[in-house]
This record gives sequence, structure tokens and C-alpha cells, in this order.
Amino acid sequence: MPIPVELEFFMDPNRCIGCEACVQACSECDTHKGTAMIHLEYTDRPNSPQTAPVICMHCDSPTCAEVCPADAIRKTEDGVVQSAKKERCIGCNNCGLACPFGVPKVEVIGIELMMKCDMCYDRTSEGKKPMCASVCPSQCLYFGTREEIAVLRPNSRPISQFQFGNQIINTKVNMLVPVSDPDSLLNVTAHLGPQSMDDMMMEGLYEEAVL
Amino acid sequence: MALEQSNLLPVIDRWGPSLAYNEKPSQDSIDVADRMVDTHCCFCGQQCGITLKVKENRVIGFEPRYDFPFNEGMLCPKGVKRYLQGSHRDRLETALARDESSPDGFRSVEYDQAIEKVASEIKRVQEKYGHSAVGVLSGASLTTEKAYLMGKFARVCLKTPYIDYNGRLCMVSAGAANKKAFGVDRAANAWDDIVGADVVWISGANIAECAPITTNYVWQAREMGAKIIVVDPRITPIARTADVFLPIRPGTDAALFNGVLQIMIENDWLDHDFINNHTVDFDKLVEHVSQWTLDRTAQVCGVSKKKLMQAAELWGKASSSFLLHARGIEHHSNGVENCLGAINIVMASGRIGRKNCGYATITGQANGQGGREHGQKCDQLPGARDISNPEHREYISKIWEIDEAELPGPGVDCYEMMRKIHSGEIKLLLSLCFNPKVSLPDSEYVGAALDKLQFLACIDFFMSETARHADVVLPGSLQEEDEGVVTQIEGRVIKINKAVEPPGDAKQDWKIIQDLTKALGRTQGFSFNSPREIFDELRIASKGGTADYSGITYEKIDAQGGVFWPCPSDDHPGTRRMFEPGSNNPIAKGAGPFYFPDGKARFCISEHRPPAEETDEEFPVILTTGRVVSQFLTGTQTRRIGPLVDQYPEPLIEIHPVLAEKLGVKDGQWTTVETRRNTVTLMAQVVKTIRPDTIFVPYHWPGKRSANRLTISAQDPISKIPAYKVCACKVYPAKEPPHYENEVEAREHPKPKLEIIQM
Repeated sequence: MPIPVELEFFMDPNRCIGCEACVQACSECDTHKGTAMIHLEYTDRPNSPQTAPVICMHCDSPTCAEVCPADAIRKTEDGVVQSAKKERCIGCNNCGLACPFGVPKVEVIGIELMMKCDMCYDRTSEGKKPMCASVCPSQCLYFGTREEIAVLRPNSRPISQFQFGNQIINTKVNMLVPVSDPDSLLNVTAHLGPQSMDDMMMEGLYEEAVL
Repeated sequence: MALEQSNLLPVIDRWGPSLAYNEKPSQDSIDVADRMVDTHCCFCGQQCGITLKVKENRVIGFEPRYDFPFNEGMLCPKGVKRYLQGSHRDRLETALARDESSPDGFRSVEYDQAIEKVASEIKRVQEKYGHSAVGVLSGASLTTEKAYLMGKFARVCLKTPYIDYNGRLCMVSAGAANKKAFGVDRAANAWDDIVGADVVWISGANIAECAPITTNYVWQAREMGAKIIVVDPRITPIARTADVFLPIRPGTDAALFNGVLQIMIENDWLDHDFINNHTVDFDKLVEHVSQWTLDRTAQVCGVSKKKLMQAAELWGKASSSFLLHARGIEHHSNGVENCLGAINIVMASGRIGRKNCGYATITGQANGQGGREHGQKCDQLPGARDISNPEHREYISKIWEIDEAELPGPGVDCYEMMRKIHSGEIKLLLSLCFNPKVSLPDSEYVGAALDKLQFLACIDFFMSETARHADVVLPGSLQEEDEGVVTQIEGRVIKINKAVEPPGDAKQDWKIIQDLTKALGRTQGFSFNSPREIFDELRIASKGGTADYSGITYEKIDAQGGVFWPCPSDDHPGTRRMFEPGSNNPIAKGAGPFYFPDGKARFCISEHRPPAEETDEEFPVILTTGRVVSQFLTGTQTRRIGPLVDQYPEPLIEIHPVLAEKLGVKDGQWTTVETRRNTVTLMAQVVKTIRPDTIFVPYHWPGKRSANRLTISAQDPISKIPAYKVCACKVYPAKEPPHYENEVEAREHPKPKLEIIQM
């Protein structure tokens, strides 16, 4: 059964609190018990508590599949990019190196096989929420309808187009950006800068405090 | 003599902590649950709904419980991995007696023999030294039925005044302040009132790590337009996106609230109708806070005048608001004053007892609220009654079928009990659901007290660091092995359902207590056959008290998704929001919504007192302590769950780069923290997310890694809460790496390697 079309994945990294409930819940799946297919990153721990979950964005034209020399990575008809087929994967890590979002990991699980988030296909194909979006305490990860997200996040809008240099990627997973942001796509490389928002918030914080 | 073993290696080898991981799956042996049990998480005060997957007598996993209204499936990493505590290698399945000839310190004994031994020691000590030579320690993670039974057991069976509980380390400052101001001690609102508030004020609460699901309520409020004010010495995840962040100097919260109130008065951001009609003593407070000018407040609190003014203006002009605080303002030698300060700015705004207008402390333990209501607190009787009040004593004595004169008077707080062990007044201790060796401040002193006891009996499911000192350990029950109610963070009474039976000789704690009464030959009032029977007596005992549970039944809890107390009759739905205009209570009897004879709330002066130990030339840095998201309290459970330990394996010293540079401390280097009590050597984590005059160390670890070796045993004079959140220390690069070899967790069960299953 395909994932019901009205149910979509939304991610708002601004809400991430770094608790790793998503990662811990991911590792509860019976097919890869004990190992998470997603991970959490601190963006700049010395300067900020900001974290971000790294889940598969499920690209329309998955770079990981395009660069796979063994044609091991397939996409379901409803747009979910799957883990490499066990019998085909040669563990070359091309996918891991090529993915612009840094999702697939070959080495973390200690075996020569690429495994990645498949949007909890066992759950979502039955209309259930994925584990990570079920448990996420701050609902940084959300699984539901566009109508629900419009009500819950009136200051955000979902986008699913990303630019990395010259490459434009469309994804199944939506990223929430401020409604005030005029762009229809997120230019990721343009946003990579030396100073994060948190640095700006931090500046002068303690200096103006009387210590 | 209850001495800890000198060589801990064989003790840890046998009793843990060892790390449990998900069992390695294989193609043929994917565990399929044969039962799904709807219940709640065993850890914090939020009490998230969770569904446990059970196969035979084992909990094998979980499913999100989407139908429980508080969390709708959400869980933090502790909730996700909690099931790994069941079927754990370290689980105590037999009674244990101290055996010096055994390298691990204990030998298994028949359960009945162990009960007899504890009972005979109690008799011996009480015959020789009197009833009050026996003390009882209890816990706020217990169900309310057990908490009630422990209070009754101490007073009626053991006839000792000395019972206290580990909620002493959690909610007592807030509880005392709530009683002074409102006459009753409960979170005033359900959490959905947060979502509609204009302004959410959060003081001393690392919500993202200590009450993670509450984050969603706060941030949903922000989506709807709320402004968020966060007051904390650290930039916590919830502080990161606050509209106003005040990086307060630890120990100055009362001053900050007084300063805010002074700004509110100067600008007339006050609800005069509310103040005139529903409160008393505002005038006295006006006079007191006039000394807290903007300049002085900013200077004392170490925050900028501009930001302080911004916060006060947002708060002052709001039309609806919710104020939350937690241990950050409560764990102080003036914790009650700090909480009163918070309550004062709520009451002056008039924003309480209405939709989207609320105030609450964020309770820490599973039954932080319910565990403080029904008599395991040293000065309290069931129904939040007062053990010194003759009418209350009379009522409870009647329920317990004893002569009022036989009911002991108030005891002392749990830290004072440690002092009474040192002074020789308390000779024997029975401890359930409490790990004082790790949780109490100045832990070397606490360990010495345990060593000094003539006899220590612990009821535990794992060998806690305290139980290592025990003469007898009785195998108790995990949360999923029993049923009963707890009252969560919002004041909602919910039901814990039994998923599995205790293994081996382990028993539900209430059965163990009743077995002790039998062995003591003092069984009158202890013939309960089930938690439900205990609950039925508790309902009557609470009737007419402020925490009235008399209309709550297990069935009503199931039907309504929990019942908010007070619920004084069978047809009463419970009280979702406290202090609504026109609401009734047993004290005011209709005179007003607050729990005083005139129905009015009390403004109380919130006196700023400097911390018990201030920084000086020798100890120039402030030490503050707290939690991380993947561990819980003393870690008796969470330090045994592999994936949680891997997430944050060792305590780190958080230190600002400016301070680190000054002291020669480097990121990732062994660093020593020294206080007047002791020293601890840990790795430094150099981050800009903490005040440059303050360091932070989390407290979940025992032994040489224990933050509580450093903390001071100063207590609030009213609530007796210890001042975990501020003491003076010095910090320097370690002279040599620390020697933890004798106590680091054994890792007999290394993380299993993944075997891929393709379905």
C-alpha cells in the first residue's frame, strides 16, 4: 500500500532541541534494531545549542541512486528512496559522498552496506506516522497534512526545492521556512556563512551584562 | 554496620551498572508482542502516555500512545528506551544479605528470612533506643498508593516521626510558596493554557532537556504570536530562540522578580481590580520592592538594564500569560522566596484562574505532585493535611483507627535525618525509591552517615549506590510491574497499568511493606490486597483536604484521560483550572477562589538573600548543577540503559571561553573543580552558552564523578530544599587524569553489531 498522498513530512530545524528522541526511536525499528538510520548534528556547539536532525529528504531524482555504480538504490512509486539492496550494494560509499544533505552512512553501522531512512515505510504505508515524527517532543519533525501544518505553523510555509551550487533538487520531505522569505527555493550554499543567527544573538549578551 | 565495600570492582561486576541494549534481532526471531499495555513513562513529571509491547512476561518495546492528550505520542529519548530496564541483567530477583566473605558484598537469601531479619532489627533498635531511632526514606517516583502506604507505615506501624522523601530535593520550595500565597499546592493550570498565552515567562527551567514535551506547548504558543522570556544562566535550547533572554547570575531570582514588580508598579502595569478584590497585603509588598530599582536589580542579577526593562514591559503589558519555573529558582537557600517572587508578578498582573492565564512549577519526578500530597513528607498527612493541625490529626487518626495521641508529630527533612544519623539519634534506616548517596548534597557526609547506621535496609529493583551500603536489600518492583495512580505535572491524576509481574522473588513494594508489618506483628491497618484497596482508603483519607481525591476512581481516570484534583465527589469531573472566579474550596467555602478563609490570595514579601556560599578570592567561580536529557536523577535506571549512556556518557564541565582562557582550561581536557567540600575531575566543554562567571556540571553520576561531592548542604529555612544551584568553587587544569577505574560502569554487554533483515 502506498503512503496516503495527503500525508507529508515537514521538518522545521528551528524547533530542534537536540534531545535525540528521533534517533533513539529510529533505532527501535525491527528491521534495523539497535541502529538509527538518521542522526543529529550540532551546527556549532562552542557557540550555540542549535542542533538539527538529519533525515532523508527523499529526492525526486536521488543523487545517491544516480551515482550508485551497482544500481542498488531504488525509489518506490510513492517517492520513498530506499536503502541499498543488500544483494547489490558494494559498500563503495559513493552515495554517502554524493548526497547533498549528508544522509546515507555506510561506515556508521560497521558493515559494508548503505542503509538510510525509508520514512518508516512499514508504518507510513499503513497511514501511521514515522517513529521520529511520532516522538519528536518539539515537533521539529512533523508528519501530517498540509492543512494541519498551515494551522499549526501560521508563520511558516513549506518548501521542497533546494539549490546546491548549480544543482536544484526537489524533495518529498518539506522544510519549513518563514512566510516572509520570498524565495520559492532554499539556496543552501548561499546560506552557508561565517556567522550564524545565534552568533548574532550572542553578541554583546554577556558583555552588556554586569559581571 | 552499613559500610560500603572497599573494592567496588566485583560489586559492579555482579550488580552493575551494566548496559542493556536492544537485543540483536535475527530473521527468525523478531519479537512479536502478544499484548499491548497502555500506561505512562516511568521517569519525569510529565508522565507521557506510552504503550508497552509485552511478550510473555517481558517488555520488548514500545509504541507511541497517540491517544493520551498530554503528549499525543511524543516522547523524549528516556521514554523511548525505558523498556530496556525490564529483563535487565542487573535486576534484583532475590533478597540479599550482607556477606563480607563474598567479593561482591552480598549473598542471596530467602525472601522471608530477609523480611524476618529486617523486622527483628527494627524491633531490637526500637526496644533499645525507642521508636524514633528508626527512620524511613521514601520517594516521589512511587505511585500515590505506595506514597500513602509509606506515610501510614512509618507513623502507625513503626510509630516514628522520621519519614521523609526525595521530593525534598525537588518541589518543596514551590510547594511551600504556593501554600503561602494560594493556600494550596498544585500547578494552577493544564498545559493547554500555555498555548493561548500572550507571554510565556520561563525562569530556571531547562525545558528542552528536563521536560522536553513542554517545549512543544511553549513553541506552539510562539507560533500563535506569544513572546517568550527565558531567565537562565545558560543558553538552553529553549532560551536559544527566546524573545528576551536574561542570563541571570545564579541565586538572584528573588531580586529579579522584585525588580520586575517595581517596574510594573512604576508603570502601573497592574490589575487593580484583581489586587483589590482577590488578594491581601499588596501594600506591604509595594513598600518592600521600592528598593529594587532598575539599576540595583540589573547589578545584583548581572543582567542588562535594557533587557530587564524589555522583559518587564512584555510581561507588564500582556493580556494573557503563563509563568513556568523549575528547580533553577527552587534549589536555593532562599528557594521559597524566589518562588514567592514569581507568584507576586503573576498575582500583580491578575493573570491567573482564567483561560490562557496560568502559573506552575514544572514538577520533576513521576509523581512529584501526587507524592507530595498524601503523607510521606515529614510534616504532612494525607489530603495535603498538616500533621501539626489537631483537626487534621483527629480526622486521619479516625481513618487509621488509632488514638490521635499515638500519631507521631512532625519529623525532619531527609538531610536533617542524615545529621541525626551522625548524632546517633537515628540508628536504623529503611529506604525505598531513594538514592541519597548520589542525590543529596555534600555526598561524602551522606556516605559517612550510611556507614554509621547500625542497620540499613533498602527496597530496590537495581543495586543503587545507596543499597551498596545496605545490610539487607529487598527486591522491589519496577514501575511496569505494579499498578496505581500518579499525579503529573498539570495536576492530572493518571493511572499506571501493570505490564508484567516482578521476576523471581521480587515483589510489589506495597506487598513488601505489608510483609514487614506482619513480621513485626503490627498488622492492623495493613491488610490491603491490591493497590485499588489502598486507593479506596486514600480517597477517604484525602476527603475534605485541599488535595481531595475522594471523587476519583480508576474507572473515571480511564474514561476521562485522567482526572484533575480536587475532585470531591463521584459526580465531579475534576478541576482542570484552579482559582477560577466563583470556584469553591473547602477552606474558603465560597468566599473566593483561593484556599484561605477569606478566599483571597496572599502577597508575601520575597526577600533577596545572597546564596549561602558566595564567591570569594579563594573560590571565585559559581558552580551550578542540573540535568541532561538522556539521564534521569541519580541514574539508577538510566545509567543501565546503553543507548542513553552512549548519548551522553560522562559528565562534562560547561565553561565559557573567557573564563576558560583566564584559568588555562581547554576544551576536552581534564579539569578539576574544587569546593570547600571536595574535588571532582572531569572533561571541560568550552561553550559560549553559559555565563562567564559560572560553570555547570550535571549530577546523574556517582562516586568520583558526582557533582554532589561538591555541592553545599545549605538548605532553605522553610522548605529545606538543598542549594544545588549555587555554591562557590575554583577551577583549574587537572594535575593528572582522574582515577575512576574502581567505579566506571562495567560493559559486559557491548553494543551488538547490526545484522540486516530485509523484510
